[in-house]
Amino acid sequence: MRPSRQITVVTSMLLVCLLTSSVLMLLRVDEARPAATLKEVLYISSPKVLKRLSLGYDGFLADVYWTRAVQYFGERLTKGSQHYDLLGPLLEITTTLDPRMMVAYEYGSNFLAPKPPLGAGQPHRAIALTEFGIRNNPGQWHLYYDLGFIYYMELKDYPHATQAFEDGAKMPNAHQIMRIMAAKMATNAGDIETARLMWLSTLQQTLDPNVKSNAVAHLNALDVDQTVTVLENLVGRYKEKTGHLPQSFSDMEAANLMTGVPVDPLGHTYKLMPDGRVEVRVPDDLPFIEKGTPYGYIAPVKPKMPQVN
Amino acid sequence: MKRIGFIAANTFREAVRDRVLYNLIAFALMMSGAAILVGQISIGIERLVVINLGLTAVSLFGVVIAIFIGIGLVSKEIDKRTLYTLLSRPVRRWEIIVGKFFGLAGTLVVNTFFMALGVFAALYYVSHHFQGSDGWVLVALYFIILQFLIITALSLLFSSFSSPLLAAVFAFALFVIGTFAEDLRGFAAMTKGITRWLATGAAYLVPNFSALNVISSVAHEQPVTTQLIVANTAYALVYASMALCGAVLIFEHRNLK
Repeated sequence: MRPSRQITVVTSMLLVCLLTSSVLMLLRVDEARPAATLKEVLYISSPKVLKRLSLGYDGFLADVYWTRAVQYFGERLTKGSQHYDLLGPLLEITTTLDPRMMVAYEYGSNFLAPKPPLGAGQPHRAIALTEFGIRNNPGQWHLYYDLGFIYYMELKDYPHATQAFEDGAKMPNAHQIMRIMAAKMATNAGDIETARLMWLSTLQQTLDPNVKSNAVAHLNALDVDQTVTVLENLVGRYKEKTGHLPQSFSDMEAANLMTGVPVDPLGHTYKLMPDGRVEVRVPDDLPFIEKGTPYGYIAPVKPKMPQVN
Repeated sequence: MKRIGFIAANTFREAVRDRVLYNLIAFALMMSGAAILVGQISIGIERLVVINLGLTAVSLFGVVIAIFIGIGLVSKEIDKRTLYTLLSRPVRRWEIIVGKFFGLAGTLVVNTFFMALGVFAALYYVSHHFQGSDGWVLVALYFIILQFLIITALSLLFSSFSSPLLAAVFAFALFVIGTFAEDLRGFAAMTKGITRWLATGAAYLVPNFSALNVISSVAHEQPVTTQLIVANTAYALVYASMALCGAVLIFEHRNLK
């Protein structure tokens, strides 16, 4: 072998060996400082400074920060985290860099508003984010819908929710749901039917599987809450009629109070308890339900969300 | 005119021989990577990322090429002593500067053309179709080319009187300042008296690159007015010509002995 060829072969082999060694050494370094690589860091927290530093390429930087916000939220959601400290700043940086990025307002408010572990539990920050979006994107009725949604669902602030839907309904090309929601809010804000309408319209409007799954879970929960209330009322009527509690749903059928054994949205039959309460069979599969759970039931930290296409 | 054409063609050939167009490979890898990856790691911004990343890369790659090739165009000829061979022929000094400017500008246009093909291919990949608003991406690319003309002329201006290193520092500094041109005017408006005059003068003297950056707007499918296209074209041509005149003026009086 010629000397020059020898050098080439030896150097190439050395290069591969050293590259492999450097990767192995880096893994060792990571082992020595496990928290360091995963630590929450926001080196520059001022959106205005970042906008200046972007040298005019703020659109691309906004994409980077939005991706970072999505990754941050996704990672914490998967872990069932109770803290989303960086989410608000990441979203504020994203929208300051690109105030027209609608997706950051629409999804961002959905990330911020719900209580942990499904969100950051910061509805007021979500409202501020959405209002910033409205100021920078006048005419976007979707943002009014999101604003009304947060006021209604997270804060139960019906007057502000009504106002948001009314303002959104005035926008050109506003979906007719805005008028319907405004009217519903003004008259029956606290109704279960209003909540159902809200989640149904969210389900119809979104293409995102996570938002869909959340909407389906809430619709299921509303269905369960309503059915359990109805069934427990029927149990009460049975007791009034016969003087004792029914042993099973068949007793109530025999008393012409109902037809067939009721099933929950997942297809499981409800359980009639000896004390007259009605329970679902698998409460863990029905996140957000407020009724139909056993005594002392504690919902899992990470809710089991339904699978949607 | 013919002599300028020859110098421009040689400058183009030299840039290609310097493997300038190799950056296209990095660009192609970046665009295809972004188009495939972003859909998996982010939500709802595939199209935005392709346009923002694509046009930002076109712009930054081009600026770097314009500066680092531009600063060497004159000094390299002097260092290699090829300038003397050139000047011993019936070629004027201003023709060398203008020819080199067109040669590098041509290289950047070709480079931008191939990158634009990459951007549109990635856009097609993520959207599965083209839409009317994609036409505005062409306008953004046109503005980026105008930006290159200014940077190339400035690089030539600085290289006509300083060392390559200093010329690169000056050109890059002016590029950064130029992106803050509108802020500079804002600061000027806040001051009073002579400071105001000086600040306003400086704000108008530095190139206004912020007006030439419509990447974010076109990514959101916002139209660019014809008035802006015409005004930006006129501004970039006037500014580049001004810088080129400065370069010619200095080079004409430079002692090459």
